[in-house]
Amino acid sequence: MSFFLHGVHVPHRKNTADQSAKRISPVKTVTIPMSMHIGAPAKPTVRVGDTVQVGTKIADAVGAVSSPIHASVSGKVTKISDILLSSGNTVPAVIIESDGEMTPDADMQAPVIASREDLLVAMKDSGVVGLGGAGFPTYVKWSADPARMEDLIINGAECEPYITSDSLTMTERADDMEYALRVIMKHFPLKRVIIGIESNKPAAIASMKDMAARIGGVEVCVLPQLYPQGGEKVLVYHTTKKVIPAGKLPIDVGCVVCNCTTIAAIGSYLQTGMPLVEKCITVDGGAVAEPQNLVVPIGTSLEDVFAFCGGLKSTPSKVLYGGPMMGVTVPDLSAPVLKNTNAVIALTEKESRLPKTSACIRCGACTNVCPLGLAPAQILLAYKKKDADMLKALSVESCMLCGCCSFNCPANRPLVQTNSLSKQLLKETKAKETTKHG
Amino acid sequence: MDNMLHISASPHIHSGRSTMSIMRDVLISLTPAAIAGTVIFGLRSLLVIAVCVASCVLLEALYNFITKKDQTVGDLSAAVTGLLLALNLPSTVPVWQCVVGCVFAIIVVKCLFGGIGCNLVNPAITARVFMLVSFGSMASHGMPTIVDTVSGATPLEQMANGGTVPLTDLILGIRGGAIGETCAIALLLGFAYLLIRRIISWHIPVMYIGSVFVLSLLAEGFDAARALALTLSGAVLIGAIFMATDYVTSPATAWGKVIFGLGAGLLTFLIRYYGIYPEGVSFAVLFMNILTPYIEKLTAHKVFGGKAV
Repeated sequence: MSFFLHGVHVPHRKNTADQSAKRISPVKTVTIPMSMHIGAPAKPTVRVGDTVQVGTKIADAVGAVSSPIHASVSGKVTKISDILLSSGNTVPAVIIESDGEMTPDADMQAPVIASREDLLVAMKDSGVVGLGGAGFPTYVKWSADPARMEDLIINGAECEPYITSDSLTMTERADDMEYALRVIMKHFPLKRVIIGIESNKPAAIASMKDMAARIGGVEVCVLPQLYPQGGEKVLVYHTTKKVIPAGKLPIDVGCVVCNCTTIAAIGSYLQTGMPLVEKCITVDGGAVAEPQNLVVPIGTSLEDVFAFCGGLKSTPSKVLYGGPMMGVTVPDLSAPVLKNTNAVIALTEKESRLPKTSACIRCGACTNVCPLGLAPAQILLAYKKKDADMLKALSVESCMLCGCCSFNCPANRPLVQTNSLSKQLLKETKAKETTKHG
Repeated sequence: MDNMLHISASPHIHSGRSTMSIMRDVLISLTPAAIAGTVIFGLRSLLVIAVCVASCVLLEALYNFITKKDQTVGDLSAAVTGLLLALNLPSTVPVWQCVVGCVFAIIVVKCLFGGIGCNLVNPAITARVFMLVSFGSMASHGMPTIVDTVSGATPLEQMANGGTVPLTDLILGIRGGAIGETCAIALLLGFAYLLIRRIISWHIPVMYIGSVFVLSLLAEGFDAARALALTLSGAVLIGAIFMATDYVTSPATAWGKVIFGLGAGLLTFLIRYYGIYPEGVSFAVLFMNILTPYIEKLTAHKVFGGKAV
């Protein structure tokens, strides 16, 4: 069965596409939350008053799905207290006052990788999580049965407006990616490695083709420019023609999907032993004076980030982690840059203005652009009735929350937002049923 | 707290298209037909158009005001209904009948069912059918005023009686009929505009017009010129391009649109050849409106990845 996966043409606004990354000047303090990944928050291993260097472990992974966390500046731990994340959760955060030296941890050394187990340990110790935004601990993904892994899909689609930090990884950190891929390909019996990139990034495509030629066994797949090309199900389908069944993971069709920056971060750790302590982020949006790509220590406040970019030239209406299609709004500028932050976008009122919500005119603009063939307008009706059976029949659980439906709806109805609520409702219903029968 | 930021769920940008901009494009696409109708049938056409548009907008505003609902006339959908209804009426229709038709379209068909998006059938077409079965004036079609007309019959009636109508007259619209239905060039111009602006897709109009042509071809013993004349006569073009493509009352899926177009074409043909009315477009579209929910169910998109088990 063949599908054509729909999507929407979003504005590109990739204003920073031609710039290389700059490094932010040393910041005074960083606030490092213990939850920058999916899974249990990490447990702090430092105490107030401790001295740390860049790369010193400050928190241990807790449980099977978690990730260790490392200091991103050298200096002194001044406070460990709860902060409110944009997810709405309150988690402990380690606050480090920088000595301005950025001294690397003296004990740091590149890991010796002699086996697959060594590589998994290294992936865990590196603190690397899914840097495309999901924040799923990378070592957990690679801990699946290697016999099931046929294809490694590297996500370089970067289909969100504004963001260019992944393109920059592909052009400027091809060496790190190459190092990681060589080690991974040595220890995992992968059949194919495919790098998926949207066609509007010629420099990244050229750089990855060069790298592919050096390594061998790596293909570059140029994808059409259609949001959400970087959605996991869409990417796997467009690179391999494999359809991930509803409720299943890429590994169920033999695929491992990793963002290109995730691969580069692993490569960097394998070569130097320096864990994930800094991120290259795209700083853009109409309210930013000098949009640019910036390398910042994790935990740097958005206030410091914007200050380095010439400040805000107008009052932003919304500030986002990530792009405008799926990005998360932050409540105030004290929010820190996280491991999985790939962009910080400050939108003006005009840029983020949405039309007034009005009645559905049944135009089909939602269902006709849904990459997965869902019917958002019908899901909204079912959700209003809290009809769990109907929601299930409409396969709302498959929704990846890409937002094409809401973007395209002329009546600006809260479609993807309701899909999200519907998924939550089904989760709760399922939990209730389990308690009843269990 | 003067620099509080806005918190909301994604997405944070929008395509920019709104119900109002869609309706505005539909109004623009109908303008050539309205102008052509006025040229062909005289200034009285303008009066009919003005009365219908004004009545529909005022009636909807009044209904919203009385029932304390949000004012919706700004979305221009009432204006579209008024213009569509006017273009489907003869230029000779009495003004009071226009107003009665508008009351039926806006109040009965649209507002009482819940307003825009909730009506089961197309307001303009249903009002036209209502007027057709209620008022004798609807049977006597308007005749072109820019030429001396020889006969008082519409081309469909002429052809049903074995006569012929010159193709150039059909293309230019110099023939008897409703204000906006006769000028093929103006209607196709509107169709092109709607396609370019991506307001509608090709499926319904092409399937509808195509099936009427093919069925006429079969019925007329493969006389292509006659089949084309039959397709261009009557209300097939305006019905297929503007009435059958109404979002609210036609399927949203591509395959649904194909079925809808084919069904409307078949019904139009059947009514023309076997019914008591010379033209069947309004009845055909109305009937397909009623079938729309079922067609939509039948042609629902397959979910990528199938159903969860």
